[in-house]
Amino acid sequence: MTLPLGDLVAIIPELIVATVACLVLVLDPITPPSRTHWLAWLSVASLVACFGITVSRMDATVTAFSDLMILDPYAGYWKLLLYVVTALTILLSLAYLRVERIHLGEYYGLILLSLAGMMIMVSAADLLVIYLGTELMSLSLYVLAGFKRFEVRSLEASAKYFVLGSFSSGILLYGISLLFGVAGSTRLSAIAAAVGTHGLDDPALLFAMILLVVGFGFKIAVVPFHMWTPDVYEGSPTSVTAFMAVASKAASFAAFLRVFLEGLGGLREKWYALFLVICVATLILGNVVAIVQTNIKRMLAYSSIAHAGYALIGVVVAGQAAADNETRALGLSSVMLYLAMYAFMTFGAFAVVALLRKGGLEGEEIEDFTGLAKRQPLAALLMLVFMVSLAGIPPTAGFIGKLYVFMAAVNAGLTWLAVVAVLLTAVSAYYYLRVVMVMYMREPDPSAGLVSRLTTSPALTLVLASAFAGVILLGLFPDPLVSITTSAVLPFK
Amino acid sequence: MVPLSYYVILSAVVFITGVVGVLIRRNIIIILLSIELMLNATNINFVAFSHYFQNIAGQVFVFFALTVAASEVAVGLAIIIALYRSKSTINVDEFQLLKW
Repeated sequence: MTLPLGDLVAIIPELIVATVACLVLVLDPITPPSRTHWLAWLSVASLVACFGITVSRMDATVTAFSDLMILDPYAGYWKLLLYVVTALTILLSLAYLRVERIHLGEYYGLILLSLAGMMIMVSAADLLVIYLGTELMSLSLYVLAGFKRFEVRSLEASAKYFVLGSFSSGILLYGISLLFGVAGSTRLSAIAAAVGTHGLDDPALLFAMILLVVGFGFKIAVVPFHMWTPDVYEGSPTSVTAFMAVASKAASFAAFLRVFLEGLGGLREKWYALFLVICVATLILGNVVAIVQTNIKRMLAYSSIAHAGYALIGVVVAGQAAADNETRALGLSSVMLYLAMYAFMTFGAFAVVALLRKGGLEGEEIEDFTGLAKRQPLAALLMLVFMVSLAGIPPTAGFIGKLYVFMAAVNAGLTWLAVVAVLLTAVSAYYYLRVVMVMYMREPDPSAGLVSRLTTSPALTLVLASAFAGVILLGLFPDPLVSITTSAVLPFK
Repeated sequence: MVPLSYYVILSAVVFITGVVGVLIRRNIIIILLSIELMLNATNINFVAFSHYFQNIAGQVFVFFALTVAASEVAVGLAIIIALYRSKSTINVDEFQLLKW
């Protein structure tokens, strides 16, 4: 059997990423330790190439490997977002790993393998391929979470992530096997057809749907499947946390939306109410529990749970049974927009946390930010912008993202949901602005002195500048991104 | 011939055993084994449905699922060994550094 050449051409970006990942792993032992950053730059270069290829193919819809993979504008949009986030992660890691004294080139290989898994997830049109992509992403992330292997916290985070991650994968796979039993195939199109013939009350179908909700719920970290998030985000190396919080969440959302809108779209009468409950619970728990956190990484973990809740508002809108296709498309495009905005501001916040880190735990407790405006005005200013954006205050990206999600909700007649979300946004302003208050209103502890200098490295400057530019530019000129998301939504049938 | 429902019930029992094992056992190796039970329950389902539909795809899925399960164990055991070296225990109740 020979592979048709066209199929391989269709997945060139995935092939590049996977090949460079293997190349990095092979080159690592023969690269002198002082030269590991070459591997990082090689990885970034490959991402730039992939970005170009994906951009050039954005408008076409191609299926490959007898409909196992689909390359549509929807997949293209998520891939572009993932390339940007991965490139930023690698650049951030260049500086951060030096501070943490981790000189291992396989770090970059694992990041790229994880990215390859995410790319497969977003362009898969078959549940089994989605499962394989998820596993490739997760297995790499389990290892990355424990990368500071001489620190017990990091290992614990890794073990917890592994146990809960593979538990949820097991549940997901069981759901897939039941869907295979109902539909006789794991193609999303075949499942959609089976939903049509079996009707809404087939118990096996409903049970499989619930298992998929649980499986994906763990991956996107929504209540009640969120309990791993704070522990894993706190214990992992900060650069990995940023990658998990942004890239793995975006990829999981992308796959989850495709499965539920394309495969199980006919069942949306059933899953709509389920997501509505999950969405409200996530918003409330994420925002309220974040208030009491003292560790900034834990606080950002709860904030990321809350943001998943905001994105779920768009999912709920897209899943409304009664609404017309235009309203639902608006919901879906608001999710895509929201996660792009979320990516820049969350990544920026984690980058500042990583920047302030020296030995020990400094820079991870909110107290460590006391008087930062005096000690490091620039870092404090950046953190201010990211916190303001996370709280959703104009003129930042966070405001625009929330605006579109709330607009979609109001447009779909879910005004009460938008009101609840706005009220909880006011709650979230408390814990975001508390960081700002600590930085700007308190005098620095004299014993801390001016020791923590801004670690200047070109890569880190680039990361912070990109995140800052993303937050401000997307906040002031969101129109180009809005038009991209509107044209890249999944076709509703 | 054994009816399809017998296989599905068997796989459900194995799956639930696995889920309960993950939730109530405290030894991380047993938890790992319970996760394997969950994955193997899936394999029973895939093979049974494959036979029922006379569709070979289900058996192909089993190979994928087995491969993924094997790599999951490899990564998991590596993490457990690294953890055991620094904590000298594999009881999940002892992993208290991060609030579970």
